[in-house]
Amino acid sequence: MAEKENFTEKRSTRRNFLKNSGLTLGGLVLGGAVTSLVVKNNEGTTTTEHEAAHGGGTTTNYNHALMFFTPAEYQTAAAAVERIYPEDENGPGAKELGAAVYIDHQLAGQWGNNVKDYRLGAFYKPGENQGPQTKLLRKDLFRAGLEALDAYSKENYDAVFTGLEPEQQDEVLTAFSEGKVTLYGNTGSGEFFSLLRTMTIEGVYADPMYGGNNEMKGWAMRKYPGSRMQYVNEIQSDEFIELKPEGLSSHMS
Amino acid sequence: MVTKLDKAQVVVVGMGWAGGIVSAELTKAGINVVGLERGKDRTTADYTMAHDELRYQHRTELMQDLSKETITYRSSLKQKALPMRHYGTFIVGDGVGGAGSHWNGQTYRFLPYDFEIRSQTVDRYGEGKIPGWMTLQDWGITYDELEPYYEKFEYMAGISGEEVELWGKRAKPYPTGPLVKTPIMKTFEEAATSLGYKPFVIPAANLSESYTNPDGIQRGACQYCAYCENFGCEYGAKGDPAVTVIPVAKQTGKLDLRTHANVLEITSANGKATGVLYVDMLTGEKFEQPADVVVITSYVFNNARLLLNSNLGTPYDPKTGKGTIGKNYCYQVTGGTTQLFFEDKEFNLYGGAGALGIEIAEYMGDNFDHSDVNFIHGAGIRSTQYGDRPIATNRVPKGTPNWGAEFKKQSIKYANSNFPVKTQGASMPHRENYLDLDPEYKDAWGYPLLRMTYEYTDNDRELVKFMATKTREIGEKIGADIIETSEEQGNFSVNKDTNTHNTGGVIMGSDPETSALNKYQQMWEVENVFVVGASSFPHNSCFNPTGTVGALSYLAAEGIQNYIKNGGGLLV
Repeated sequence: MAEKENFTEKRSTRRNFLKNSGLTLGGLVLGGAVTSLVVKNNEGTTTTEHEAAHGGGTTTNYNHALMFFTPAEYQTAAAAVERIYPEDENGPGAKELGAAVYIDHQLAGQWGNNVKDYRLGAFYKPGENQGPQTKLLRKDLFRAGLEALDAYSKENYDAVFTGLEPEQQDEVLTAFSEGKVTLYGNTGSGEFFSLLRTMTIEGVYADPMYGGNNEMKGWAMRKYPGSRMQYVNEIQSDEFIELKPEGLSSHMS
Repeated sequence: MVTKLDKAQVVVVGMGWAGGIVSAELTKAGINVVGLERGKDRTTADYTMAHDELRYQHRTELMQDLSKETITYRSSLKQKALPMRHYGTFIVGDGVGGAGSHWNGQTYRFLPYDFEIRSQTVDRYGEGKIPGWMTLQDWGITYDELEPYYEKFEYMAGISGEEVELWGKRAKPYPTGPLVKTPIMKTFEEAATSLGYKPFVIPAANLSESYTNPDGIQRGACQYCAYCENFGCEYGAKGDPAVTVIPVAKQTGKLDLRTHANVLEITSANGKATGVLYVDMLTGEKFEQPADVVVITSYVFNNARLLLNSNLGTPYDPKTGKGTIGKNYCYQVTGGTTQLFFEDKEFNLYGGAGALGIEIAEYMGDNFDHSDVNFIHGAGIRSTQYGDRPIATNRVPKGTPNWGAEFKKQSIKYANSNFPVKTQGASMPHRENYLDLDPEYKDAWGYPLLRMTYEYTDNDRELVKFMATKTREIGEKIGADIIETSEEQGNFSVNKDTNTHNTGGVIMGSDPETSALNKYQQMWEVENVFVVGASSFPHNSCFNPTGTVGALSYLAAEGIQNYIKNGGGLLV
């Protein structure tokens, strides 16, 4: 803790922080954690992770870059997640929270490649209670889904998905959710929609180290305190106790 | 190439609660044990980053790697079984501690009624009360016989709880008192009490206070951090084999624990096991480990599968009802929830513990008269506070879409302003609910996968309808702005998150014709093989299974010692 406070006082660079703290191992994952530390310890300044991500601040969010999507795919994904979880009077939507960056990073890694799934044997059409039997990997399903969003939008509205009004985007997504569209490899659009929906919620509420839930604002909207270590008093209280969210990076000290 | 190793006295397959308890008891008694675990070794240091909902719950960090092995599922004999390609309805543990690392910690004893369920049902209601399809049988042991072993488990794991009148008699109180009561638990308590019920705080392996167990293991109190199910406890406050029995076994110097060791087959000759064949999960190297005694403690599914893949015991045939291995697979019935939503109340639902909750016993087992209902057994009616994590828990009133503006608005509005009154019901065996080998799908080493044939029974559906009226009654008494009751039990779905309370497949009993094991968990047909786990249960009660798995593990450990002492033979 002392080290982190020193860092804030000295307004050091991120590079120095890494050197001082010794948190230099671990590639992407630690990179994400360290970024949120930097943001947390810069609370005294006006810099936020969001601004940083969009080039408006003095620090750069190195996590905010693409591993999987093309820029156009990223824009389509960002527009789609925003309709799943839109900005409203509660606060930011999935786009601002970074859910599309989160999805990009997940699809590039072992989740996108179905590393822990059973992939052997023949793929038959399942009965209703047997779970999905899609041969497409998640990354390929998602990419096929984004392509199909554009194709369906062009056919029905004469524009790509990002060019539609929000209400039209909702109509497209509703059609996809109801399985009305067929994707690459004869896959139903419902499987893509279900993945999009699940990953959007994950991108909104997973620890910020994964690239979404920007500044823990997803948690803050629902008054979720993140990954704190104990609630012995809170749990017995008749009053609701709102706590400032803390991320996993707080467990690094 | 298979490397043949020196013979072991006892080889234990799987290092969860059952394997951990058996290993601790045998090594303490001076017996050398080789412990084989397909996953990694674990201590509390593994849980430093445990409060990561995505990694542990949704990416199933502590669970079996399905790319190597899964189950196949079909709802009836007529359907073709297909593989469970990723996790949905249940999660299967992996690594030292097994499912005992990621469990919630709810630790019950089964009722005296459970162990003699067939006899007591016939005595009280007549033979006609049991439908022809229900392969209901007594367990070959009574509650009183098992009581001291429940106590051993509870004192080892440090169970926090309070006396419940409607349960079997206890010789000693729980080693620690119950967990705290939260506002939602007090709300439930008040409503249930005014309806004439006697609510109790759920017995928990989340310690209510610091505790030193009879093995000298010291652990601290639960901090209500809300990361139990799917997660390991970084404090060691949750009873976990990795912080209790495994360190005790290691300390004896008599446990040779080998991790990443996945047992493929039990080798045998002349009606006795000769050892096991295992593969190193990291290198692919194969080893033959000869042993005098083989103890299979690798969870319900793998216990049955190992026996079937090793041609040990007689496979169950649902058409004839003959054979035992794979018989009486049961689950847990949890339909009939009443969900409450509040406009102007907020609870600290971010906090909780895996076993934190309150319940009534009046509709459990045969605690109420079943003369006028079309089912046997019953359910606990309960409200729990595990801690609502934001990816997994987004309860919204019926009719709310599951995405978009309305979903966001409602899920945030009610995030801290809802809780359910739930049931946990018993699951009765059906002649056609069973486990066998899949004819088509194989694991990563070419061995057939286990095939599950299962659907909820008429007993389950009737039980849920009845219990739904009881959750409704309590829900209405509590009072809320929106009260919604789910009145029917839907069909089983391998893809829908329910619970991991799988039981049966290698069941115990007093008759070798209808059961695979005697009460010491010793195979009738292969005397030097002991099979321990919830696979032994002839049916599943209205409780989480671990307490009973623990008790049976202590009884089995005693049986194995006697078997070695006697120089073989069936135990009586």
